[in-house]
Amino acid sequence: MSVALSRRQVALLSGGLLLLVVVAAASLALGARAVPLGQVWESVVDHDPTSRDQLVVRSLRLPRTIIGLAVGGALGLAGTIMQGITRNPLADPGVLGVNAGAAVGVVVAINVFGIASALGWMAFAMTGAAAASVLVYLLGARGRSSSPVTLALAGAAVAAMLVAVTSAILLMDQRTLDQFRFWVVGSLVGGEVDVLTAVGPFLLTGTALALLLGPVLNALGLGDDVATALGHRVRAGRAVGLLAIVLLVGSAVSIAGPIGFVGLVVPHVARGLGGPDHRWLLLASLVFAPLLLLAADVVGRLVVRPAELQVGVVTALVGAPFFVALVRRRRLVEA
Amino acid sequence: MTRVLEAATTLEDRSRVAVRVGSLSWRVERRVVAATLALVAVLVGLFTLSMVLGDYPVPPSAIPAAVLGRGPEELQFVVHTLRLPRALVGVMVGAAFGLSGAVLQRVTGNVLASPDIIGITAGASAAAVALVVLGTASVLVVTLGALAGGIGMAVLVYVLAWRDGVSGYRMVLIGIGLSSAGTAVVQYLLTRADLSDASQAMVWLTGSLNGRSWGHVGPVAVALAVVVPPTLLGARALRALQLGDDAARQLGTRVESSRALLVLASVLLAAVAVAAAGPVAFVALAAPPIAARLSRTGGVALVPAMAAGACMLLAADLVAQHLMGGLPVGVATALVGAPYLLYLLARSHRIGGSR
Repeated sequence: MSVALSRRQVALLSGGLLLLVVVAAASLALGARAVPLGQVWESVVDHDPTSRDQLVVRSLRLPRTIIGLAVGGALGLAGTIMQGITRNPLADPGVLGVNAGAAVGVVVAINVFGIASALGWMAFAMTGAAAASVLVYLLGARGRSSSPVTLALAGAAVAAMLVAVTSAILLMDQRTLDQFRFWVVGSLVGGEVDVLTAVGPFLLTGTALALLLGPVLNALGLGDDVATALGHRVRAGRAVGLLAIVLLVGSAVSIAGPIGFVGLVVPHVARGLGGPDHRWLLLASLVFAPLLLLAADVVGRLVVRPAELQVGVVTALVGAPFFVALVRRRRLVEA
Repeated sequence: MTRVLEAATTLEDRSRVAVRVGSLSWRVERRVVAATLALVAVLVGLFTLSMVLGDYPVPPSAIPAAVLGRGPEELQFVVHTLRLPRALVGVMVGAAFGLSGAVLQRVTGNVLASPDIIGITAGASAAAVALVVLGTASVLVVTLGALAGGIGMAVLVYVLAWRDGVSGYRMVLIGIGLSSAGTAVVQYLLTRADLSDASQAMVWLTGSLNGRSWGHVGPVAVALAVVVPPTLLGARALRALQLGDDAARQLGTRVESSRALLVLASVLLAAVAVAAAGPVAFVALAAPPIAARLSRTGGVALVPAMAAGACMLLAADLVAQHLMGGLPVGVATALVGAPYLLYLLARSHRIGGSR
C-alpha cells in the first residue's frame, strides 16, 4: 500500500496528531481533581502507588484516555468506510444496524438475564451488532444487482425494526429502562479496561482492514461499473468494508455505548479539510475522531465539576456548533 | 369539473393520462394511478378493521350508522367517540409523514433524508421531553411545545444553511449537526429525570395514538387542508429541481423560492404530525420508497406516498393495539413497514431495480 499525501494533508495530519497529544495530556491531568503535569508524567513512566494523585491518573484517567482514543478511532474509521461503501454522505455506522443490534443485545441482557455490568453486556452487544449487520448484508448487499441505495435502505429498515424491539421492551419494563438510559447516552467511564482487552483483537483487526480499504473505496466512489472496469472486485471490497465496520463499531459500542455523532461528522470534516481521497480520509478520521471524542470527554468533566456530563452528550453539544460553522464556512466536497 | 383526456396520439403515451381541472393540468402515469387506487383500497380495509376490532366487537354492517352518530348509544360511544377520531388522526398523521418525507427526499436527492434528519424530530422531542421532565405534563402544553420546538429547529437549520441560497446538501448536513445536539439533550434529560417521568417521556418519544379524540382531529385536519394542496401543486417544481439547479432554472423554475417553499411544506407537515402523535419512526423514511416502487416510477409519487404513509400508520396502530397489548404505535411502524420495504427491495432486484 502506498499513500501519496499532499503537503497540506501531511501538515494537517501532523497538526492533528500534535493536538491529540495535548488533549490526551489534558485528559490525564484534568477532572474533578486537577493533577499537576509532573505527577501525570511520573505516574505513567514511574508509577508510585502511594501518591493519591498518581493513583487517580493511573487507575482512572489512563484507562479512560486509552478507551477514548480507541473508541474514537474506531468510530471515525467506520464512518468513513460506511459513507464510502454506500456512496451516501448521510450514512453513519448506525445505518448498518450495528448500534441498534447492540442495543437489543444489551436490553435482552438486562431484561432477560438480569445482567448489570459492562463486561457482562459486552458479549450481548457484540453478538447483537454482528447479527444485525449480517442481516443487513444478506438483505441489502448480496442481491444480484445490489446498489448503494438498496444497502442504505435495507440498513435503515433493519435498524428501525431493531429500535422498535428495544423500545417495546423499554416501554414494558421500567427497570430495564433505568439501566439502559445510562448505557445509551454513551460514556467512557462505565467501560472497564477488561472490556477493552476483551475486544482488543477485534478492534485491531478492524483497524488493519480499514486502513487497507482506501483504493477500493476510491474506486467504488466512481460507481460499481467503473470500479469493476478498473479491476476492483466490487462485491468483495464492499464485504470487507462491512466486516471492518462490524468489528470497529461492535467493539466501540461494547466499550462505550452507542456514540452517534463522531462517525457521521468526522469524515465530512476530513473531506472539507483535505479532499475526498479515501486514503487520506481514513488516516485523517483515525486522528480527528479520537481528538473530538477525547476533547469532548475532557470538557464534560470540567463544565459541571465535580459531576460529569457523559461524553456522548458533550460530543454532540460541542461538536454540533463546530460542525455547523465548518459546513457554513467551507465548500464541503460532495461525496 | 375534472376531465380526463387520453393523450394517446402515439403508442408511448399510452402509459400516461392527462388530467385537467380548470386551467391546471397534470400528466399522470397509469402505474401511479393504479398504485394509488390499490393503496386507498387497502386503507379503506384497514380503516374498517380499526372500527371493527377491539374489546367491544362492532359488526361491519353497523359501522356506517355509528360513524354518522346514529344507532345504539353504546355503539356510538365506541365507534364515534373512541375509534373513529383515533383512526382519523392516524390516517392524517401517516399521510403527513409520507408526504413530508417524499418532498424532502426529492428536494435533497437523498433516500435517507427524512424529517428526523433536518432536525424537526429532534427539536420537537427536546422541547417535549424537557416539558415532561420539568413537570409541566399537561398534554396541550407538551403538544404546543413540540410544535414550536420542531418548527423552531427547522427554521434554525434553514437560517444557518443560508449562504447565497440554500443547497439541499448543506441544509441536510447542518440538520444532522443540530439533530445530534437535540438528541443528546433528550438523552441527557432522560438520565436526569426520575424514572416515572422518563417512562412517560419514552411513550411520547415512541409516538402514540392512545387517547386521541375529536379535539385532535380538528386542528390536524385544518393544518393539512392548508398545507397539502399547495404541496401537491409543487410537484412540478420538484420534478424540475430533480434535474439539477441549472437545468431547473432553464426550465423556468425559480429554484431558490421553490426549494424554500417545498422545504417549508415538508417541515410544517412533519411538525403537525409530530405534535399530534409524537415522532413516530420510519413512516416518513419508508413510505416514499414503498410508494415509488409500487408505482414503478423513479419520479415524484407524492399522492401514493401519502396513501402508503397512512396505510403504514393505521396497520401499525392495529398491530400495536391488538397484538402487542396496547403499546404505542411507534413501536409497530417499523415492524409493519420494514419487512414490506425489504420485500420490495428484494423484488426490485429481480426486475432490475428502477432506482
